Amino acid sequence: MAYNAALRVWRGDHGQGELAPYTVEVNEGEVVLDVLHRLQATQAGDLAIRWNCKAGKCGSCSMEINGRPRLACMTRMSTFAEDEVLTITPLRTFPVIRDLVTDVSFNYEKARQIPSFTPDPSVGLGEFRMQQVDVQRSQEFRKCIECYLCQNVCHVIRDHPENERPFAGPRFLMRIAELAMHPADIADRRDIAQDDFGLGYCNITKCCTEVCPEHIKITDNALIPMKERVADRKYDPLVWLGSKISRRPRAEGTPPVPGKRA
Amino acid sequence: MSDIERLPYEVVVIGAGGSGLRAAIEARLAGKRTAVISKSLFGKAHTVMAEGGCAAAMGNMNPNDNWMVHFRDTMRGGKFLNNHRMAELHAKEAPDRVYELEAWGALFDRTKDGKISQRNFGGHEYPRLAHVGDRTGLEMIRTLQQKVVALQQEDAVAHGDPEAMIKVYAETTITRLIKDGEGRIAGAFGYIRETGQFVLFQAPTVILATGGIGKTFKVSSNSWEYTGDGHALALLAGAKLINMEFVQFHPTHMVWPISVRGLLVTESVRGDGGVLRNSEGRRYMFDYVPDVFRSQYAETEEEADRWYSDPDHNRRPPELLPRDEVARANNAEVKAGRGSPHGGVFLDIASRLPAEEILKRLPSMYHQFKELADVDITKEPMEVGPAQHYVMGGVEVDPDTGESAVPGLFAAGEVSGGMHGSNRLGGNSLSDLLVFGRRAGIGAAEYVDRLGPKLPVPDEGEVEAAQAEALAPLQRTGGENPYSVHAEVQETMSNLVGIIRTEAEINQAMAELEQLRERAATASAAGGSAYNPGWHLALDLRNIMLMAQCVAAAALARQESRGGHTRDDYPGMRPEWRKIILACALDGDKIAITRQPNPPMRADLVALFDPAELKRYLTEEEMATVPAVPIRSASAVHEETH
Repeated sequence: MAYNAALRVWRGDHGQGELAPYTVEVNEGEVVLDVLHRLQATQAGDLAIRWNCKAGKCGSCSMEINGRPRLACMTRMSTFAEDEVLTITPLRTFPVIRDLVTDVSFNYEKARQIPSFTPDPSVGLGEFRMQQVDVQRSQEFRKCIECYLCQNVCHVIRDHPENERPFAGPRFLMRIAELAMHPADIADRRDIAQDDFGLGYCNITKCCTEVCPEHIKITDNALIPMKERVADRKYDPLVWLGSKISRRPRAEGTPPVPGKRA
Repeated sequence: MSDIERLPYEVVVIGAGGSGLRAAIEARLAGKRTAVISKSLFGKAHTVMAEGGCAAAMGNMNPNDNWMVHFRDTMRGGKFLNNHRMAELHAKEAPDRVYELEAWGALFDRTKDGKISQRNFGGHEYPRLAHVGDRTGLEMIRTLQQKVVALQQEDAVAHGDPEAMIKVYAETTITRLIKDGEGRIAGAFGYIRETGQFVLFQAPTVILATGGIGKTFKVSSNSWEYTGDGHALALLAGAKLINMEFVQFHPTHMVWPISVRGLLVTESVRGDGGVLRNSEGRRYMFDYVPDVFRSQYAETEEEADRWYSDPDHNRRPPELLPRDEVARANNAEVKAGRGSPHGGVFLDIASRLPAEEILKRLPSMYHQFKELADVDITKEPMEVGPAQHYVMGGVEVDPDTGESAVPGLFAAGEVSGGMHGSNRLGGNSLSDLLVFGRRAGIGAAEYVDRLGPKLPVPDEGEVEAAQAEALAPLQRTGGENPYSVHAEVQETMSNLVGIIRTEAEINQAMAELEQLRERAATASAAGGSAYNPGWHLALDLRNIMLMAQCVAAAALARQESRGGHTRDDYPGMRPEWRKIILACALDGDKIAITRQPNPPMRADLVALFDPAELKRYLTEEEMATVPAVPIRSASAVHEETH
């Protein structure tokens, strides 16, 4: 039943730190977050952990457990051997604030650049009519709990911080796809997906899909269909011709990108 | 005090869940410079955990539904203790608030003709809950979050700065409200988690939208933020809390593994056909229909099952009684020795719906049981039991504006009291957040307008005291471990002031709490002020202790059983107690309980009920004033409103 687990937990702040060894009791049915809470309550009162719902619904307790990006509240201790040493480290792509807590403000900045939901202004309150089959596609993406595990694992920024400016990351490219597929959104988001948010950087290795705790098919259902829409427009013969004789015109209905271009 | 950062605003909203964001959006739409203070990251608030839906009488599934039917259901659910004006405003305005979310991008599940679909829930006469599978709260918080972002994008164009008019302060905690010399709100003092930097938001209005008090109890479905911060801030600033004895124990949560005990199992499971059974396989809810609801609920399994396809000619299944009734029944079955192996009861959806339908309607529940308990809910029943879920009690506010007795202090959502009476119906929380969040936003904006250019000036003595109080746990050495004190408070409250209460146990709890409060006051935290959870908990403990004492004191005073307050030594509702509201206030540093009259319901609202039903709740003198008018039929009401 109960046993003692060996943990190595990253302690430190602003880039300075080390893996600290701990031995913590584990009981039947517990998840990694339970064990970190016990560590906090009994041995390391100031251990910084970000958590909230402990139910897999808020996406706060993202960390790397034995190098794998996971939610601590949904990772059961029974998935590890009792004599296995658990190495728990903060998300690698984002700057460490302290211990297991990282600065994820990059994601909030990207969120604020994406042109918002743009409905037809003539539709009055309560007058929207949408079919379930049509809302379902965007609903899948709206399951996102913003844990940023996909952002953390995506090699386009994980290994290349220089891409953080041109590339929005899977979560926010999926947000663009969500709006593009929203039955009541009238903006044309193809040009901005490619030119302003770096859809082309994605080479569909599906790492984002693999770590998504909500099991959203980010690559297959959001990014690839969005790439297809972009390609449809880019290789439209008229658009191609236009781009040869002048600056490529943007599709009608393309919204301005806040902070980037009008 | 140069180490306090001062930030001037017109409206400061504490809390970034459903009510806080809705209030902030409204204040910003009214042209007020607004700060939103979030204890967590933006978009993580406890609202994300709401599953079932948002109740609004849109009538999309049954055209007989309208605000009057919703109002009646809400009053019945609260056992007629509700503030009738709040229940009225809520029922009338909820549909527009839902449509508004849709216009801001929310994608609710749809009906065949493309409208917003609505589902059945406990205590609601018609299918009424707008929903997105079983993750409605997430949809709501994301929509509001994205609306804030949309407003910031507009402000970037208009003012050159996205945060010119509305700014979110993430991972920031307020520890004290600051007043001016005249007792008006002048600001809010707190710290930023990341750095420990102290901040003073200087503002003439504060809207409390901090949610509930769940972390006062051991087994609770609430997230870590629910430490009663807004309740305590209001109390410390001189406002009154009402109805604090009424704590909702939602009937169905996971009971195993121990580490997830208290994880919510949505009422939608029952709304979509799930039934409760004991270890003998008996569908026992038929044995627990109280007299006040007898005529509205089915008496046989056959009738109950027919209701799902023909609700107009059959009565509702008793699994869909209000939450307080179902929670007591589940508790009683376990106590009688008919529980499940891990101390719960069985909730069965597997034998009631095809697997694919379960996956479609209840994806989060499937996921949660599969990943955390190795249970496949499409094949076997779930083991569930009651856990603390919600507090009906909160800051006493003006129903129309959300303003408290302290000038400039407003409250909306779970932190406010009155709307839900003694028991909240499922689905009425998300709608409450929207309706009263918006109203508090308007209320605060109008208060600012009335104030004119002469703003309240923070009392510097109060600011200094707040800083000293906040620093104390860091400066103390060798004090109590805040984690241990917290665990003991939770133990005391769950064991002695839980779902079933007695005078002797509450008295014991109050004695224990008195000692724990002294220990909490000496808690110390090792480490520095940057992102130090031990320090944060040591500060939250003050609020947790105050809430525990309020609940216990009010529970001791109310000598009857009603809604979320069950006294083993005073069983049954007593009509004379319906006329009484218990208010908590601070007298020095002690909690003082006073009785105040429950405002009588307006005649036009009284006329919505059958006098025969009112007789079960009102005293004989009150009944003498009720006109013997026949009930206005739902269909007649429908004619009037369409």
